[in-house]
Order: sequence, then C-alpha cells, then structure tokens
Amino acid sequence: MTYAISTKRPAQEPPRTLAHWFDPTRIPAHIWVIAIILLLVPTFTSEFTQYQIFGWAFILGMISLSLMILAGYGGMVSLVQMTAAAAAGYAIAIFGTSAVTEISFAWPWPIAVIIAILASVLVCVISGALAIRTEGIYTIMITLAIGSAFFYFTRQNYTVFNGFTGFNGVQTPVLFGVNWKEPTPFYYLTLSVAGLSYWFTVHLARTPFGLALQGVRDNPRRMAAMGFSVNAHRLAAYAIAGVLSGIAGILLVWSTGQISPNTGSVGPIIDILVITVIGGINRPIGPFVGALLYVLLRTYSLDFLNAIGLDGERFKLVIGLTFLVIVYFSPNGICGIWDKHIKRLWQPIKLEEHNG
Amino acid sequence: MAEPTPTRDVGTEFALELAGLSKSFGALVALNNISLKVRPGERRAVLGSNGAGKTTLFNCITGDFPPSSGSVKFFGEDITFFKPHERIRRGLRRTYQISLLFNGLTVLDNIYLACRGVSNGRFSLLRVNSSDPVSIAADDLIEIANLQDVRSSLVSDLSYGQQRQLEIALALAGAPRLILFDEPAAGLSPKERSDLIQILTHIPQHIGYIIIEHDMDVALSVSNRVTMMHNGSIFKEGRPSQIENDPEVQALYLGSGHE
Repeated sequence: MTYAISTKRPAQEPPRTLAHWFDPTRIPAHIWVIAIILLLVPTFTSEFTQYQIFGWAFILGMISLSLMILAGYGGMVSLVQMTAAAAAGYAIAIFGTSAVTEISFAWPWPIAVIIAILASVLVCVISGALAIRTEGIYTIMITLAIGSAFFYFTRQNYTVFNGFTGFNGVQTPVLFGVNWKEPTPFYYLTLSVAGLSYWFTVHLARTPFGLALQGVRDNPRRMAAMGFSVNAHRLAAYAIAGVLSGIAGILLVWSTGQISPNTGSVGPIIDILVITVIGGINRPIGPFVGALLYVLLRTYSLDFLNAIGLDGERFKLVIGLTFLVIVYFSPNGICGIWDKHIKRLWQPIKLEEHNG
Repeated sequence: MAEPTPTRDVGTEFALELAGLSKSFGALVALNNISLKVRPGERRAVLGSNGAGKTTLFNCITGDFPPSSGSVKFFGEDITFFKPHERIRRGLRRTYQISLLFNGLTVLDNIYLACRGVSNGRFSLLRVNSSDPVSIAADDLIEIANLQDVRSSLVSDLSYGQQRQLEIALALAGAPRLILFDEPAAGLSPKERSDLIQILTHIPQHIGYIIIEHDMDVALSVSNRVTMMHNGSIFKEGRPSQIENDPEVQALYLGSGHE
C-alpha cells in the first residue's frame, strides 16, 4: 500500500439541467401514488375538507418541517418556529393590505412576502444565535422564552402590532385571475408549497450543508476537527428553517385573513412540537403526517366527545392522549410505527433473518 | 468548485512551535511549561505513561482546550486563540484515541465530509455530485486507506481496525501539513499494526506528524525524533535509538519509576 497524492484530474462537471434538480426516476413509487391522490383530492372531497383539513395540515406541516430540519438534521429542538411564522404573518398584515388601515402600509403583496420571509428568518437567526451554544432542555427553554416574549410584546404593543386585537381583513392576492383564498385554489397553493418544501428538505439531507449539519448533530467536536464551523452551520440551519416557517406563516394569514398575538402564543408553540413528534421528528414526511392527524383530531374530536356524552371543549385531551399513546409505543412517531410494523409486511424475508 | 487549502510552509523553519505552554484543571497541572519545536515534515513520537499530559498537549495544539498560558505557533503564525476549525483549515489534523466517527453514515460519506471540511462549498445546497473534485478526493482517500471493500458500509458495521484506518483517512483529507495521531495502534491486532506502520511510513515526506503511542515498537519505527513526557513536563528528547537505550526511559517504562 502506498500513499500518493492523486494525479487524477477532476472530470468536467456536466452542465446543471432540470434533471439535476428533479429526476423523476429517483422518486419512489409510493411517493408518486401519494402525489396523484393529493392532486385528485378536490375531485372527491368537500371544500371544507380541502380548506380546513388539508390546507391547515399543509401549513402546520410546513412549520413543523422547519422544526424537523433543526431537530432531525441538526439536533436542536427549537420552540421558536411558530413565533417565526407569526412574525411573517404580522409582516404580511403590516406591510400588505388589511382592515386596520391606520397601520397597514398596503404595499404590493410580493414586497410584503419578501419582508415577511426576512422577518421570519430574522426571528430564527436571533433565536439561534442565543440558543446554538446550548443543548437539550436549555435550547428548548431559551426558544420558548423568546416565543413567550414575542407573544407578550405583540399583545401589549398597539402602535405596530395593534395589541390584543391584531389584524383582520388581511387580503389574499388575486393572481392570474384566481382568488387564491377560494378553497380549491388555496388547496393547490398550499399543496404546491408544501410539496416543494418537502422536496427541498429531502434534497437538503444529501447536500454538503445537510451532511455537515447531520455531522454537527452527531459529533460536533469531530466536525470542528475536520474544519467545519459548528456554530455557523447551526445558525445557517436556523436561517433555512426561518424561510420555511416564514412561507408557512404567510399562508397562515392568507388562509384566515387575520393574525393576533394568540397565533404565536404558548399553546400553538407546543402544538408544533407535538405535531412533529407525533409524525416523526427524523423524517421530512413526519411533520405532514403529524399535522394531518392533529387537524383531524382537532376538527372531529369535538363531535366525537359530544357523541359519547362528554364535553366537546375537552378536545385537547384527545390530542394529548393520542400523543401519549403514539410516543409510548413508538418514540419515532407514526413514521416509526410504519417502519417497524407495516413496511416490513411486504418486504422480502432476508436470508440471514431466515437462517437465524 | 471546491479548491484544496493552499499550503503555506515554504521557507518556514518550524511547523509547530510551542512556547511555555501550560494547562491546569483547577489545582491539577496537566501541562507545565512545555516548549517544543517540530520542523516541517518531521515525524515526532511523544511517549509517556498514562496521565503524562500527552493527549492534553494535543488538545491544546488543536484548540479543543484553551491553554492556561503560553503560545502555539503553526508555520510561524500564532494560532493560540484560533478556533479548532480555523487551525484545521491551515493544515493541522488530528486523530482521536477513541474513534470519533459518524456511525450512522457510510465510510464514503465520512471521508467526503472530511474532504469537504477543508474545501470551499461547506454551505453548498447543491446535491453531492460524483464528478465534484471533493468526491474524487474522497475516492482517492478510500484507496489510500485501503477501505475500498467497505466504502458503502455504515461505520457502525466496520471492525475496530477498519475504524482506526478510517480515522487516519480522515486526518489525511485535504492538504495536511502536520498530523497529530493519538494512539492510532491502540487495540489493533499485530497484522493491523503492521498495516498501520505501512500507512504511516508511506505518508509523503512533506507532511509531518506527531504520534502518541504506547507501543514502543510502533512509535520508534515510524518516528525520527522522540519526546518523553512525565507529569505534564518534557523530561527527555532525542533520536529513537538514544531514547530506546536511555536508562531513565527504561526505568520509567519498566515500572520502577522516574527519579
């Protein structure tokens, strides 16, 4: 064995084409099936289902996805993602058009969208800068404290955030002659954005940055010993998560037309964590699965509780019990149950297993 | 496109210069006024009993521990207060006594990360491409470390010896100028030790290294200068043959204690 510096010259890099970014052959069959079903959902579901179930699930799934990037890829459990989404929502209301005309600037929506994403990134980066030198429970506490501070600040500030009332009548753009607030267009809008976010998160795992982030999660000391700036990678992950939560925050305010301090209160902050854990914090699909289950429970458990003679207002109890049951049986959430019990049903028996 | 870190050692007298380096943990003095000079391309063995301060010395050189006093110069540049990754990008490398690898990643991914860490594009959001120069460099290193058969295996599936080989491969990534090997032969079989000696002796002459090793046969066969440490201080330096025949060293290693 000899050590020699390579004399091989790097091959000419092929020009980057659409296939470099999107190669359909690399997409597994089950993803195609799910994609086709999702595209056809408006043909067999009510407008309520499209808007209140799937639309909300996609939005909450995207906010949870931003947490999944930080926690699953980076090992940082941040509770500031809902706050970042709320900051983006406020930016849309303040810089775009709302019924609170004395505060809203009524700037064109593309400018408001850019400012909103920047606002979300800023919240995430500031929180990240304070949290990246901590781990575990300390990261959770710092980010929760920032979220709570944002909640109280928006509730008490009337000059910019309009205090307790917040903003209503926030306008959703009309583009290409389509009112995107209508249930079916809104369904396709949220589906497209959620689909792109999912693709980006899957893609991220195989990029140099994504690999390095996973390395930082597993072994920060070794990463530093290989030339990586651990803190810079963690901070960049917060910025990327901020983009996703910002886009979700924009869709959130477009869907309801309103934003108030309660959007970013402690309850929704914890909900995002619950959604991510229920779905599976290590997989990009997990947050969407968790969000769909959460929205279904939130929507229908009230009727269910009333039907069995209990107070329908206790729907959070059903969500909490579901969380406990799933986490008890599968720490990796529904994705973990899928991997452990369902996926293996149609997998061929491995020879070594068969032979004991 | 990624580029290797440029070398800057032309005309520099010393690769590493430690001056009055000390490190204390409370009342415990782990390093006491260490002064050491290593020339470019020199192969130095650091020997000493457990607790002599050898690994602490490495940790102070790489920036894992800030020294209590003293300075560290790397190719003439004062790096005493540099962060670990800044030192690595200047050509300093190290391996660890206990393998610090990414068990959930493949061998190729581990080596790719090591190559990427000392290249540009660490924040790239483009998918890893096999024609990327960094990927080609990772492939080369796999061959150098003789890990072709396990290139796609998860690190957790490797034998202990293979993990040690991978540790060395990570340290060879990019354009190393000085490598710190922390007990690379620990736990290896005689055959693996012989392979290790092969790898170390075939490292290009312009790359220097400092090796901590308890196995005297390995340490003396791969070094051209030896530093003996005891209780956080340097107490002897010399050529391997001088150290091997030194009565004080023999007494220390045979267990009768250093007077």
